[in-house]
Amino acid sequence: MTLSYLTPAFLIERDNKRCIQCKVCVQQCANEVHRFDEEEGEVLADELNCVNCQRCVVMCPTRALSVRKSPNEFRQNANWTADAIKSIYIQAETGGVLLTGMGNDRPYPIYWDHMLLNASQVTNPSIDPLREPMELKTFLGRKPDSLVIENGKLKEKIPPQLELDIPIMFSAMSFGSISLNAIKSLARAARQEGTFYNTGEGGLHKDLYEYGANTIVQVASGRFGVHPEYLQAGAAIEIKIGQGAKPGIGGHLPGEKVGREVSETRMIPEGTDAISPAPHHDIYSIEDLSQLIYSLKEATNYEKPVSVKIAAVHNVAAIASGIARAGADIIAIDGYRGGTGAAPLRIRDNVGIPIEFALAAVDSRLRQEGIRNQVSLVVAGSIRNSADVVKAIALGADAVYIATGALIALGCHMCQKCFTGKCNWGIATQDPQLVKRLNPEIGAQRAANLLRAWKHEIKEMLGGMGINAIESLRGNRLMLRGIGLTEKELQILGISAVGE
Amino acid sequence: MLREGVVRIPSGCAISGMMNKKGKCFSGEDIIKSIAIMHDRSNGLGGGFAGYGIYPDFKDDYAFHFFFDDDTVKETVETLLNKQFTIIFDEPVPTRKTKAIKDAPIIWRYFVQPKSKMVIQSGIPEEEYVVKFVMKVNSEIEGAYIFSSGKNMGAFKGVGYPEDIGDFFRLDEYKGYIWTAHGRFPTNTPGWWGGAHPFTLLDISVVHNGEISSYGTNRRFLEMYGYKCTLQTDTEVMAYIFDYLMRRQGLSLDVVVAAMASPLWMEINRMDPEKRELVKAIRAVYGSLLVNGPFSILVGTNQGMIALNDRIKLRPSVAATKGDFLYVASEESAIREICPKPDKVWAPRGGEPVIGLLENAQVNYNFAAGENERIAINS
Amino acid sequence: MKRVYAREEFCVGCRLCQVHCVTAHSPYKNDIVKAFKKSNPRPLPRVIVEENRPLSFALQCRHCEEANCTKACITGAMQKDPVTGVVTNDETRCVGCWTCILVCPHGAIVQDERGKKVAAKCDLCSGLKEMPACVQHCPNGALLYQEDESQVRA
Ligand code: SF4
Ligand code: SF4
Ligand code: SF4
Ligand code: SF4
Repeated sequence: MTLSYLTPAFLIERDNKRCIQCKVCVQQCANEVHRFDEEEGEVLADELNCVNCQRCVVMCPTRALSVRKSPNEFRQNANWTADAIKSIYIQAETGGVLLTGMGNDRPYPIYWDHMLLNASQVTNPSIDPLREPMELKTFLGRKPDSLVIENGKLKEKIPPQLELDIPIMFSAMSFGSISLNAIKSLARAARQEGTFYNTGEGGLHKDLYEYGANTIVQVASGRFGVHPEYLQAGAAIEIKIGQGAKPGIGGHLPGEKVGREVSETRMIPEGTDAISPAPHHDIYSIEDLSQLIYSLKEATNYEKPVSVKIAAVHNVAAIASGIARAGADIIAIDGYRGGTGAAPLRIRDNVGIPIEFALAAVDSRLRQEGIRNQVSLVVAGSIRNSADVVKAIALGADAVYIATGALIALGCHMCQKCFTGKCNWGIATQDPQLVKRLNPEIGAQRAANLLRAWKHEIKEMLGGMGINAIESLRGNRLMLRGIGLTEKELQILGISAVGE
Repeated sequence: MLREGVVRIPSGCAISGMMNKKGKCFSGEDIIKSIAIMHDRSNGLGGGFAGYGIYPDFKDDYAFHFFFDDDTVKETVETLLNKQFTIIFDEPVPTRKTKAIKDAPIIWRYFVQPKSKMVIQSGIPEEEYVVKFVMKVNSEIEGAYIFSSGKNMGAFKGVGYPEDIGDFFRLDEYKGYIWTAHGRFPTNTPGWWGGAHPFTLLDISVVHNGEISSYGTNRRFLEMYGYKCTLQTDTEVMAYIFDYLMRRQGLSLDVVVAAMASPLWMEINRMDPEKRELVKAIRAVYGSLLVNGPFSILVGTNQGMIALNDRIKLRPSVAATKGDFLYVASEESAIREICPKPDKVWAPRGGEPVIGLLENAQVNYNFAAGENERIAINS
Repeated sequence: MKRVYAREEFCVGCRLCQVHCVTAHSPYKNDIVKAFKKSNPRPLPRVIVEENRPLSFALQCRHCEEANCTKACITGAMQKDPVTGVVTNDETRCVGCWTCILVCPHGAIVQDERGKKVAAKCDLCSGLKEMPACVQHCPNGALLYQEDESQVRA
């Protein structure tokens, strides 16, 4: 074996004045960074494998630990940064594709933070959400061109709709990429708060059927775990074409993660790699997509809305228009910052476009074509807080999907090592020892709390704008002003600059 | 400074309206008196009126009221008009010289009939054909603006206090069965005549007090269906919402009201299942036309008058009846000024419309069973 | 009576329960660092984490209805409170004969030989107002303090 040139990325500092040698850190680090040295009678660390997941820091009862960036530095070079050099060392050692987890972490501009919201002053009263009703109910699904009403009764039922009490849903994360406890947490939170979670492409574990009314079942290119009862079990079906973190790329769940339960749920042999092809091999064109949409509708008796999820890519507006015309009831668009359990690093960091622009472009395009009412738009790809939600809806979204934010609520600390299967927080892992670290009762409560907190904040912001129902915010771009944006960016976002 | 239409200007206001439900016509004098009493709710930057039944001699012709900046643009418009319409009669709108009103544009009216051949060619209904023409002139021809386009009705408006505008347009010399009026308090001074209320499309006229916070949503929805919101005023959007829901979607008034000032979800949840399903569908499908924020509007049509408040009543409105007359105004004083002893006076609840229909109205409004009681005034 | 119930499916084997048990039985109830560094002798944890990965759970005295330890105790140090039902060992009377350890069917009593030999065992944190320290500080809801065994299974 030759010498590895990799050095620790982090430095662990243990305050020996505080450390009581309780070994909690030793026990909690699945990367075996901490160890108890019998001879020295003290806990020591070797940082090489530390991923800075913060588990030991949070669990240490005396707060003796901190993890910092390693002080070790390469010679300053603005071009050949430490990241650039280390990537080459890894590839020189392994000859493989660089893998990563979670969303794009590069310092591209965050456009949500370049938009500011409006509030009422004098000419229009703001509304106090504590005193006045403030309505967030949202319907996702195809809206008919007109209602047929006879004698005060609805003559034709409107197409199936998902009814959300809050315009936020949990985005697709499969069983396999995340643990059953993580999914249970989200499923329960969704049920409690009147919204939906999404199975991702991993099928539906038998324990999850009871949450069917709050489940969106996904059909992806691997068709894992897809069968009639699965389609029937959910409230809606989502066809996954692409994902923001890795547009144009399929999925790969390594065999180590395919234990008995994952194997049963996905309907593949235990221990085999679960590979989702890059395209659906029965969808090579928009007509094929239409066929799949209608097959799924047919299979579920036209009782469930069908969503199509795509990654935000350069000509997303035209693609979305095609999808609407192909019969989709909901279009979910995932921006380039969207998370993932595993993605090739170069793809994650370099492919796709920001969700803010994709959303603005799609909403404008569908309106120009007069078909905006035919589909609902759900956006994903780094919605970080309630203000992002409000801005997304003002730009034109019907609802948002959150995934990374939801996982952070469950304990994720963004170490970006989901693909290793060693998530110290019991989320992106199938190791029973780690999975049990996430108690779904606690997880559900935390995820539900997050939704409730955002709900209060959204109401507050709506009230400030003098709006008491979320539908009056949808596409209301007058409520937004751009700050620090170019003329062109403002034009694409369809908003004015601050002060205009 | 940018003209209204290029920018959006928030404003506060006074409104008043009256009708005779038997369709008996009366002079515009009273409505001027009524709006004048609320002088302090306007600031002299806009006033206007709509009268119904005022053109009995041309009752089957579309009455186009125009503002022109100069004669050149008037000629351009007339060429266009002649191409698509037969002009039955035209004249300057009669005005009276008054001290208070200055800088009036050229104000002209045309009574027209669409050329039936061209309507057939266009493949759209006649009314749609007229609407398209109005939209085209207002969005494309600089210096020309159609501010009234219905049959046997007309809008009269301009920059000034409403009572002066009424005097200027000699409304005391007209007779109508419905009159609505508006005094405006815009928050800055564009001084453009087109910006005043009422705003009209075909025979729908809207006067409005308030500022709607759903403007952006409403507007972008309407634009999908070919409406061009050239004025950027809430009132214009309201008129289009009425036009879209009533004329284009053929919905009955109660449904229109349920879309614009929807019941709250907590009320909907208490409704019987059939009704709940209907209102739910209305909110799901027409959610983008929910009018949010404070508003109090008066909508006139050939068939009657409707007053509507936002669903949590953030703007005042008072209604009264006396014999065959229905009155609605921002303040009770505006009613008492012209009808000192009404039979009944009440303040309608938020979201609860006051609907006054002509007795002989040929309405396609089919009220949901059980709703009549609550919303029709002539019960 | 209220007892502590363990939920093995959520026990992550971190042993924080033990850390807080020690602290709660030390003179420094609000300072873990001092509890460990200054108490002399440092109390032993009275909660025992049994572990065979991935299985683990925390075990402490069950405060049995018919408590063998109280019957076996030769000095009368081990008593069951007739009102609260809590079984405690009066360490001043305990002579460290380990008879109680011998008869405890749960193995919940530990030998403390650091100072005077005594049998150390869970007293349900009688000194604390709210709930036992282990329950309060378990990070994953793996310990419940309640009247009966309901809700113990997820
Ligand atoms: S990998 Fe996580 S638990 Fe392990 S030492 Fe690093 S921060 Fe602590
Ligand atoms: S968890 Fe904290 S106190 Fe315990 S051994 Fe580790 S660093 Fe020391
Ligand atoms: S603190 Fe809780 S999770 Fe940790 S070992 Fe004790 S019982 Fe188990
Ligand atoms: S209840 Fe108190 S004494 Fe008993 S094991 Fe828990 S912490 Fe220790």
